[in-house]
Amino acid sequence: MSPGASAPRVAVVDYGAGNLVSIEQALTAAGARVHRAQTAAEIADPDLLVVPGVGAAAPAMDRLREGGLVKPIRDWVAADRPFLGICLGLQLLFDGSDEDGAETLGILPGRTVRLDGAPTLPHIGWNQVERRRDHPAFSGIAPGAEFYFVHAYVGAPAHETGDALILADTEHGPRFVSAASRGRLLGVQFHPERSGRNGLRFMANVVAWTGAA
Amino acid sequence: MLCRRVIPCLDVADGRVVKGTRFVDLRDEGDPPELAERYAREGADELVFLDITAAPQGRGTLLDVVERTARRAFIPLTVGGGVRSVEDMRDVLRAGADKVGLNTRAVADPELVSRCAARFGSQAVVVAIDARRVRPGDALPSGFQVVVNGGREPVALDAVVWALRAVELGAGELLVTSIDRDGTGSGFDTDLLRAISSRVPVPVIASGGAAVPDDFVAAIRDGGADAVLAAGIFHRREVSIAAAKTAMAAAGFRVRAVDTEVVA
Repeated sequence: MSPGASAPRVAVVDYGAGNLVSIEQALTAAGARVHRAQTAAEIADPDLLVVPGVGAAAPAMDRLREGGLVKPIRDWVAADRPFLGICLGLQLLFDGSDEDGAETLGILPGRTVRLDGAPTLPHIGWNQVERRRDHPAFSGIAPGAEFYFVHAYVGAPAHETGDALILADTEHGPRFVSAASRGRLLGVQFHPERSGRNGLRFMANVVAWTGAA
Repeated sequence: MLCRRVIPCLDVADGRVVKGTRFVDLRDEGDPPELAERYAREGADELVFLDITAAPQGRGTLLDVVERTARRAFIPLTVGGGVRSVEDMRDVLRAGADKVGLNTRAVADPELVSRCAARFGSQAVVVAIDARRVRPGDALPSGFQVVVNGGREPVALDAVVWALRAVELGAGELLVTSIDRDGTGSGFDTDLLRAISSRVPVPVIASGGAAVPDDFVAAIRDGGADAVLAAGIFHRREVSIAAAKTAMAAAGFRVRAVDTEVVA
């Protein structure tokens, strides 16, 4: 079943950072019309902009720069248009990354740091996402429901200025921020596109939230 | 708290799932995306595809199978077998895999692990180690020897030494298979698992020998495994994902609730 012409349009930024198939498929299952954007022009004024990604910050930033995508992403968020960052797509929103010293987008106050003190690292598998406040993206999803994680670094919002961003956290040794939001910006450390039923519900909520905005 | 994972492994040859004791007596078990969908629905936490196609034309077929699977089962997928370069890994990830398993090629070219990790991050690089028991000696101090080429060719490399090296090079996860136990149903080699899991910070997936749900418990409790993998017993429906998780939960290990999974 293909979504109708009134379905929300979603641009997924394609900068060579891994698996886009699952993200496209999950968004499509959620009722969106999805296209990939390798350049600023290809973003093409969607209803929702998704920045996915796994891996290290420096090569990802290089690729975003090569595609001329840094400014469009910054402008998009500055205009408070609907945005979803997944995994590295959340981490890149902060000022910089300890992983390789990369300077990142600087949209959110804070840094990407190693999840030190974790019993195993990388943090791979299903873990509980515990909400600190309500958000339409988690509508109908049980408190503490499990989502799939695969990462060794986490976005750490700056104290005080960044505390208001924290939407949910997760424990793996220390607690870390597993979802952050500000206005219509949403970022998650887990992979909703790989999180089975809960993940599809989350994606459907985000798409519906976008359409309602 | 992080859940322990149950992972069905699908051996794929020429685009079909096959079963048999590693590479012999292969029998067609169906279409990979269909089986993947069934496992996702039954509560599998992740899937591993192992490409055992030796023929070069198997590559394109595998990518197609990976993509069709990624479009139907919304759980993570690791693909192993035949990845020889960063470009191979890129292709497999772009087809819809979340992680890539490196085995024989990584033993021959350990820097491949570093190159893949630098490009895609450690979390996407699983080093698969097939090992067998030998008499401990100077060259093989742990008494576990690495075997390559699908478990057929022993090499002069200690499995624990290789595990430590692989992690140092950037492996984000280790898939440890006991060749002695694989296909025998005599339980995991928990000594092998413990010898490795106790010395690395990365998650260890236990493989080879599972027959009953309590074997999974032993792999975690005695072997220190973070995840457990099996093939035949799941394909033949001798043990369900739910039964494996029930045993793990009863032993005090956190698992993801088995629920009716939605697939596209």
